[in-house]
Amino acid sequence: MQDDTVSEAEPRFPRVRPVGVDGLLVSFGDRLSEPANRAALAFRDALDREGPPGIEETSTSLVSTYLRFDLLHGDSAVLQRGVEALLASDDWYARPLPHGRRLWRIPTVFGTALAPQLEEAAAAAGMTPEAAIRSVSETRVRVQTIGFAPGQPYLGELDEAWNIPRQTALTDKVPIGALTVAIRQLVLFSVSTPTGWRHIGQTAFRAFRPESDTPFVLRPGDEVLFDAVAPEVLEKVRAEGPDGGATAEALP
Amino acid sequence: MIRALIIHRGGPNLTVQDLGRPGYLVAGVSRGGAADRLALAEGAALLGQPEGLAALEMAGMGGEFEATEDMRIALTGAPMRAQLDGVRLAWNASHLLPQGARLAIGGAERGSFGYLHLGGGIASPESLGSRSAHLAAGIFGPVHAGSELPVGPDVRSQVGYRLDPQARFEGGTVRLVPSLQTERFPEAELKRFQATEFHRDTRGNRMGVRLLSDGAGFHDETGLSVLSEVIVPGDVQITGDGTPFVLLAECQTTGGYPRIGTVLPADLPRVAQASAGTALRFVFVTRQEAMAIERAEAERRAGLRGGLSPLIRRVEDIRDLLAYQLISGVTAGDDLEREEP
Repeated sequence: MQDDTVSEAEPRFPRVRPVGVDGLLVSFGDRLSEPANRAALAFRDALDREGPPGIEETSTSLVSTYLRFDLLHGDSAVLQRGVEALLASDDWYARPLPHGRRLWRIPTVFGTALAPQLEEAAAAAGMTPEAAIRSVSETRVRVQTIGFAPGQPYLGELDEAWNIPRQTALTDKVPIGALTVAIRQLVLFSVSTPTGWRHIGQTAFRAFRPESDTPFVLRPGDEVLFDAVAPEVLEKVRAEGPDGGATAEALP
Repeated sequence: MIRALIIHRGGPNLTVQDLGRPGYLVAGVSRGGAADRLALAEGAALLGQPEGLAALEMAGMGGEFEATEDMRIALTGAPMRAQLDGVRLAWNASHLLPQGARLAIGGAERGSFGYLHLGGGIASPESLGSRSAHLAAGIFGPVHAGSELPVGPDVRSQVGYRLDPQARFEGGTVRLVPSLQTERFPEAELKRFQATEFHRDTRGNRMGVRLLSDGAGFHDETGLSVLSEVIVPGDVQITGDGTPFVLLAECQTTGGYPRIGTVLPADLPRVAQASAGTALRFVFVTRQEAMAIERAEAERRAGLRGGLSPLIRRVEDIRDLLAYQLISGVTAGDDLEREEP
């Protein structure tokens, strides 16, 4: 349905594009917006319920729905037409957020040796470290997608001042529970891994618990406040278990 | 005694691997599984069993093993020096591992990942529907010396077959398709990318391998503020300094660095198996060509069993000639057919 050859400057959305040999991506925007995020979540749900045959797996990123199809059986052009027909059947941007959302409060140490890039990130955002802590800890951010690593949330959206790029070089490793920032978003790391995002806070929250019945703790639509605490408090709540002192309450 | 493989000694990166755990992308878990999926298919063909059974992946180096009862084994992937109680065993072949004998597997002679397959498959516990260790996700971990891996029951008995592996241990040209962000790279950069000879860096693991070249880094026109988007195995990610990383089985599920293209699944074993310093080149093919290549490769893999040939044993390699059952050792070469259900 959408012309894939429109100029990069003015791409039209939603847009269907191939991913690798056996995937399609349905994008609802080229920048983060709440309607596009809701549309991606709702369209994935629709694909799972009433998508064309041949789809093997679906997922969402921030503003897109991804699907992988069976390359060896069926015609990918037929499948793409089925996806486009479903896409045209509704106004996905008008769909509500998922049900069962919760508000989490997660104790966080900003800066110090535990989160060594707070000052650098604050400078990039044109703030003092103190103002940066206030800005991040007082913003109620929403889980927009789970990705990169198991159960790992991308959260947003921060104030426009936080529209800072990723680093050119990767940080060798951030620890589990690291709170990082780039392009008006936060990522709370569920694994210890290299990253291009700047490490501004440290939590004791484990977003992925492979040994648990609910290995993936946060869900798209959940909201989070990262409450600033002292390092001693973090050590105490870390000893209490994988929640790291976090609390959750149901959102209406 | 429980049917198991005892690990007496092992390299630092022995892991149990099957075809991985598709279906959890939405929760941020990449499929994982064997770094060289073709090796799983080859092992399955040699043992006449399903390719979904778990095998032992040996990154760079093998180890020393013993079976608690007679077991069939197959050796595939990066060729390593294998010996059974001091007698050399052929790679890309199936053998009997008698109870109590010592199987010693050395370092990779070429390539990166060798595989030890067991008749019946490794029967270690599952998590999220797979036995694979996903090191990046912290699901299971490496297999350590002193541990025992349970092995499933084996319904077959054929051993002594070999196959000619698809060449993939010495680098070469890999094919890729354009992906989401390919158009963000200027045409001249795409040309230069295809004209460049890369060498695999020493940095590389099950997540991906870094590629080095003599020329300047590669750059797109959008910089470092692209929205994070879906990643699939085979994606060639260009990091901020212009260095390509080819992402493998255990890659992240989303990422913000631009992807210049996606390596075909059929060619990904060639990248995974490239050892440090090995030369690799890239060439773009169309999606239509890629689909035809993938279908042909799937058909080839399904027919691997038909390409097996009996392993010729040299008399001096037979440890105990008197005990060797010459009669039952001579077959019409149709064991495979006869063992088909």
